[in-house]
Amino acid sequence: MHTIYTVAAIMLLILTFLCLIRAAIGPTTADRVVAINVIGTKTMVIIALVSFIFGQEFFLDVSLVYALIAFIMTIGVAKYMEKGALD
Amino acid sequence: MVINIVSSIFIFAGVFFFLVGVVGLLRFPDVYTRLHATTKCDTLGAGLMLLGLAIQGELVVAGKLILIIVLIWIANPTAAHVIGKASYYSGIAMTEDSFDLDVSSEEEGVD
Repeated sequence: MHTIYTVAAIMLLILTFLCLIRAAIGPTTADRVVAINVIGTKTMVIIALVSFIFGQEFFLDVSLVYALIAFIMTIGVAKYMEKGALD
Repeated sequence: MVINIVSSIFIFAGVFFFLVGVVGLLRFPDVYTRLHATTKCDTLGAGLMLLGLAIQGELVVAGKLILIIVLIWIANPTAAHVIGKASYYSGIAMTEDSFDLDVSSEEEGVD
């Protein structure tokens, strides 16, 4: 099963770099936010896969915290886009 | 053995949905359609991959993974909604092929 986890993680890494293209050339700020949001989700899944590859359970906690931080980042940037301030 | 096969199917189905989402992100014309594509890849792709991992692990690991899945299913549609609302109110244009569904403007046009 380790081979399958590794192959899936490498495929997700390649897709992450493809998302980075959109984050670099995106015409508007919202395109970049969408791309970074997808990259955050992929990173979370990759951390869960790495947890199974190395057999370390506490990486799942890292994955959970990463999901929370990515959500707060998206909400913050979207609010800044809409209102021009964060207060 | 059966568990390994089912888990592999779930994991590669998740990779497929991520691939579909990235193709949509790279090829769709404006931010709203890109948002539509990537939300599918968030819920289905990450949900299927984490579910495929959850049926492999012990009870505590499966519980943590189910917790992450529930968090994703609550957080990512909310984030997508907020991004779409912010894009609409900050005046980002839709693609040229789209049309307006505002009912009041249609009623004004009727004689």
